[in-house]
Amino acid sequence: MLVIPCPFCGPREEVEFACGGEAGPPRPADPGALDDAAWTAWLWGRVNRKGPQVETWWHQAGCGRWFLVARDTRDDRVLAAWPIGAPAPAGLGLAEPGP
Amino acid sequence: MRQPFRLATGGRIDRSRPIEVRLDGERLQGFQGDTLASAILARGIRLVGRSFKRHRPRGILTAGPEEPNALLRVERGPGRVDPNARATLVELVPGLSASTQNAWPSLRHDLAGLFDRAAAFLPAGFYYKTFFRPGWAWYRLFEPAIRRLAGLGRAPETADPDRYLHRHVHCDLLVVGGGPAGLRAAGLAARAGARVILADERPAPGGGLLDTGTAGPRIEGLPAAAWLERLLGELEGAGELVRLSRTTVEALHPSGHALLLERVADHLQEPDPRLPRERLWQVRPRAVLLATGRLERPLLFPDNDRPGILLAGAARAYLAGQAVLVGRDLVVAAFDDSAYAAALELAAAGARVHALVDPRGEPGPLAGAAEAAGLRLLSRWAPVGSEGGPGLRAVRLAPLDRTGRPDGRRERTIPCDALLVAGGWTPAVQLWAQAGGGLAWDPAAAAFLPTRGPSWLRIAGAAAGARTLAEALAQADRATAELLAGLGLAPPPAEPLPAIEEPVPAPSTPPWALPETWRRDPKSTFVDFQNDVSVADIELAVREGFALPEHAKRWTTAGMATDQGKTSAPATLALLAAAAGRPIEELAPTTMRPPWTPVSFGALAGVHRGDLFRPIRTAPLHAWAAARGAVFEDVGNWKRPTAFPRPGESLEAAAAREARAVRTGVGLFDASTLGAFDVQGPDAATFLDRIWTIDVAGLPVGRCRYGLVLKDDGTVLDDGVVCRLAPNRFLLSTTTGGAARLYAWLERWAQTEWPNLRVWITPVAEGRAVIAVQGPRSRLLLRRAASGVDLSPEAFPHMAWRDGKIAGVAARIFRVSFTGETAFELHVPASRAEEVIDTLLRLGPDLEPTPYGLEAMHLLRLEKGYILVGHETDGTVTPRDLGLERLLAPGKDFVGKRSLDLAEHRRPDRPRLVGLLPLDPTALPAVGGQLVERAEPGAPPLGRVSSAGRSPTLGRTIALGLVRGDRARPGERLTVFAADRPPLEVELCAPCFLDPEGVRLRG
Ligand SMILES: [Zn+2]
Repeated sequence: MLVIPCPFCGPREEVEFACGGEAGPPRPADPGALDDAAWTAWLWGRVNRKGPQVETWWHQAGCGRWFLVARDTRDDRVLAAWPIGAPAPAGLGLAEPGP
Repeated sequence: MRQPFRLATGGRIDRSRPIEVRLDGERLQGFQGDTLASAILARGIRLVGRSFKRHRPRGILTAGPEEPNALLRVERGPGRVDPNARATLVELVPGLSASTQNAWPSLRHDLAGLFDRAAAFLPAGFYYKTFFRPGWAWYRLFEPAIRRLAGLGRAPETADPDRYLHRHVHCDLLVVGGGPAGLRAAGLAARAGARVILADERPAPGGGLLDTGTAGPRIEGLPAAAWLERLLGELEGAGELVRLSRTTVEALHPSGHALLLERVADHLQEPDPRLPRERLWQVRPRAVLLATGRLERPLLFPDNDRPGILLAGAARAYLAGQAVLVGRDLVVAAFDDSAYAAALELAAAGARVHALVDPRGEPGPLAGAAEAAGLRLLSRWAPVGSEGGPGLRAVRLAPLDRTGRPDGRRERTIPCDALLVAGGWTPAVQLWAQAGGGLAWDPAAAAFLPTRGPSWLRIAGAAAGARTLAEALAQADRATAELLAGLGLAPPPAEPLPAIEEPVPAPSTPPWALPETWRRDPKSTFVDFQNDVSVADIELAVREGFALPEHAKRWTTAGMATDQGKTSAPATLALLAAAAGRPIEELAPTTMRPPWTPVSFGALAGVHRGDLFRPIRTAPLHAWAAARGAVFEDVGNWKRPTAFPRPGESLEAAAAREARAVRTGVGLFDASTLGAFDVQGPDAATFLDRIWTIDVAGLPVGRCRYGLVLKDDGTVLDDGVVCRLAPNRFLLSTTTGGAARLYAWLERWAQTEWPNLRVWITPVAEGRAVIAVQGPRSRLLLRRAASGVDLSPEAFPHMAWRDGKIAGVAARIFRVSFTGETAFELHVPASRAEEVIDTLLRLGPDLEPTPYGLEAMHLLRLEKGYILVGHETDGTVTPRDLGLERLLAPGKDFVGKRSLDLAEHRRPDRPRLVGLLPLDPTALPAVGGQLVERAEPGAPPLGRVSSAGRSPTLGRTIALGLVRGDRARPGERLTVFAADRPPLEVELCAPCFLDPEGVRLRG
């Protein structure tokens, strides 16, 4: 079981959280302007990276806040966590999020 | 004394405390300090089980957790039953009763042993090939028969009365293994100020040193046992050190999280009711040192599985620990020096060693001692077979030529009652690998040794490949210093390593190095004892194309079951490599997963069983409903009334009566379990407009609107009513089952996608109760209790809300209906709910207000064709599939909208919601049944039945279903096909059976 460092509460057991999956690029402002291929690429396309990956997590049984977590998918190491809208900590070896 | 193999002195047993237990109903004597295995060996019993597939007789092989053969069913009283208990770990306590498994009718006369004669027909992959088709034969015929004959113990049938607890702790350093390396490391770290937990699987500290005797190392001039005592004395007061014995580290995750299983009570001579049976520790250490030791390997030769053939190290352990000789007349096979020590120690204890064979040309440092002790050493000899039935009576030995080929003409058969085998050592690297540590094949050790691992993890001692005690202690010192530095703790004051007298072992010959010794009968040369996998099976796997370790494991089952290949893993890999003609370096060991040894379900469940298994939620009117004879059902964690049957009335009759009452009079329904969310803020309307399919921005204050919530792929997630309380404030009334999911959904969009919207979402269901008053006389009834609100249809139309008082209690009243009748929902404080509903009952005896339950509610909504999320939707259904295009507001974007325009969602054969009328109006279509053209094999499915019921209003059965859109024409006839039901013809119609114009609703 992981320990997730909630940026608002501090480190807590994984059971308090729900993982929202890989953080993709923002939802297109005008989905109607996209053709089927571009829309479904945003909708379904995920990188599923082997290595550090940015994910959304929800502190469901805690503060109720969604935030971002960098987790290394090779060894489950949680590298950092930060609030939505804040810049990702430097030096995590993160690729650009999303497809 | 009926313990012919017990010595009069020695061992760590308490001869003043004799214990009697039962084995297969017969009396078995031992002492405190015995295990079941040592007591069995002391009694001279050899046969302890039949093997998994071929039912070959098997005996005790090891003295530890790796035991593949001696799996017994152990009972400690009613309900206290462990199948597959390893006899080597079960400590003897009074009242214990053990029985052998997997034999019928008895261990000695096992009829299924005939399987072994048919071994030629039971090669690896036999089940896969033979029973692949037809499926029904597998499930009805073969599988039950095979499960009776093959397999391990039976699961207990009664509830386990024992208690199991969980404990969560943090520490600086977790040391795994209580051998010399672990003890040394724990002492150093504790003295350096670290908070240390030392977890040791064994009952007493000392690890492998406990298994040595006169041929073991002398430390500081002391025998191992005496030095250990001194070391343990020094550990007392060595700082913050928690020492756990009988505690197995079952899992070490890459995050550092460790799972420890402590066996608290099974060994107690007097049960202590205050103690749990087992305790599961969840430890979060900052650093971990593994000193997990090593496991000895058996040898490969025909009939190498005969009872009486034991590991040399196990023979030493039974002598040192319980003063038991595993045999009186021994042959010893030394592919490793461990066997020399065993031969010397057992000979000194009175056993006769008839031959000591060593395939190696250059015997090791103990050869001289062996010859000095008068042991007959046969250099360049090896075992090539065994005889007996079922216990060992003789071993066949042959000299080897320079290529390792046995010379059959010079073969000798030596009578004996035990053969001690030493095939070298496998470092116990399972936890290392679980945590993400690397492994590489080391040719000198003929084993996979640790390479690089996580920064917080080190491994030392025999587990890291140390061959001597001195090397193990030096490794422990180094690893501890590195971990302490990582923790920011000052390294411990230098402590000199003790002076140790011990022989440096000569390189061993791996068991798989002499293939000619088993060439005569590879089918009876066993690699994996627990799964009956022979050398021939491994070779067959390679011929069949399963040459990679992970594939071969699945195909042969080598490395599976309770021992997870602890004694077989390297041999399996080496044989695979040899059969495939590849160097073993190129093969990776199969993935090592938790747990290290079997863990009881009780320990995993902890206190979360019975009433504590999951929470039970009850609505504010639960007690009220119970007092009125409600029968409850589980809906998620909720208990909800199914119906309120009168004495002697069936549930079905009660539901029909309740539904009729709603259609003709007035019904009362507890809808408090519905989700309720208060959404407010300047951007609340904008936010809800993006989430709901309907026009929210245009909704006037005082009005409600029903709509859908979609996922962005266009499928229905939930449905519910949006009520505008104020320009910037809304109340959402949503489904019971979807409430938690919807809350997560709302928060997720608000926080992650649109954090700039000023909107706050609050779940408000907990504090309020919802009483639905439904039926043509609902207004009549409410008028008698209401004040401060005009209930007339003109002032209070359908889909509006008003504030008022009911029975003097402040209520928010909503005109929403899930029955198709004129209806009011009263939202009142939960604490006043009983008062309100009792007043309604009291004020309207002439109107016969009728409490109704879920079953009537389902019938009523079914008559109207109202969808129920989870019945008509299944995660693949869009609003268009449901015929709910009218709920898709034009001129705005909402989540899911774009996907509805995808070509896939516009296909004419998308499912479509329809009504279904059985041609036989008394027959009930099976929910989940497939809709087909004709009930015949291979008929393509055209849809499914989603809801069905007996409509009391229409006096017939009705159903809803989803049918391929190009076949969903009213009047079309299809057949409902469901397992174990006669085919049922239905006619399609519009999905609304009553009042399609909604006249009753707006009344
Ligand atoms: Zn938090």
